[in-house]
Amino acid sequence: MARALIHMPSNAKRGDVIEIRALIGHPMETGYRVGADGKLLARDIIRSFVCRYNGEQVFGAELHQAISANPYIAFFTVATESGTLEFDWQGDNGFAHAEKMSITVSAA
Amino acid sequence: MKRRDALAATASLSVGLGLLALVRPASATPAEMAAAINTFTGGAAPQTGKVTFDVAQLIDNGNAVPVTISVDGPPENVRAIAIFTERNPQTEVAIFTLSPRSGRAAVSTRIRLATSQRLMAVARMSDGSYWSHGVDVIVALAACIEGEAP
Repeated sequence: MARALIHMPSNAKRGDVIEIRALIGHPMETGYRVGADGKLLARDIIRSFVCRYNGEQVFGAELHQAISANPYIAFFTVATESGTLEFDWQGDNGFAHAEKMSITVSAA
Repeated sequence: MKRRDALAATASLSVGLGLLALVRPASATPAEMAAAINTFTGGAAPQTGKVTFDVAQLIDNGNAVPVTISVDGPPENVRAIAIFTERNPQTEVAIFTLSPRSGRAAVSTRIRLATSQRLMAVARMSDGSYWSHGVDVIVALAACIEGEAP
């Protein structure tokens, strides 16, 4: 099971632009490296990342082999209402990981 | 013509040439990167500007290179940001999809670089236009050096 870390404010005023930083433990094996036996190691990467704010997608990413191991993605969104943000990673070999974070939005 | 006039004319001409050299045409990039950018833009030629590709020019370790890409102008107009490399085994790095709720058109991540090369960031706007910024970087320790050299 992968381990994911998400940094974001738990409280915000309505309309604030908040930064979300998401990190997940994953080797991101490129498929170009040679193993100890001299054969190519099979590709094993995270293909996609999605962030949904109360069910609506606010950010998405399509990742390729050139993303470093333990993919780190930082992005912004506008705090509109209290609720949950869902984070969803999907990759090769059926890899899937989901996280949820809650945010409380107060009136500006 | 006096000597000082001739010198001034030469100087201004060389400044003009220098500016021309900075704005490289798309054909100067290897074909694969141009093709990948073409696929992303759907055939439209990206214009230079608006996009800022923030990355260190001298990179010690190509395995994890922090990059930040930001786009000027109203953030709700930015639909997607893509990163391309010239000499990695694969030219695509990532495509980030932004939404009108992004609030700020900026994204950071960490990428792998196989060798010293040119990187391109291309942004897709809501009006269908594309903007880009290219940077040249020097990589000391390369990622993916095992096996066949790219």
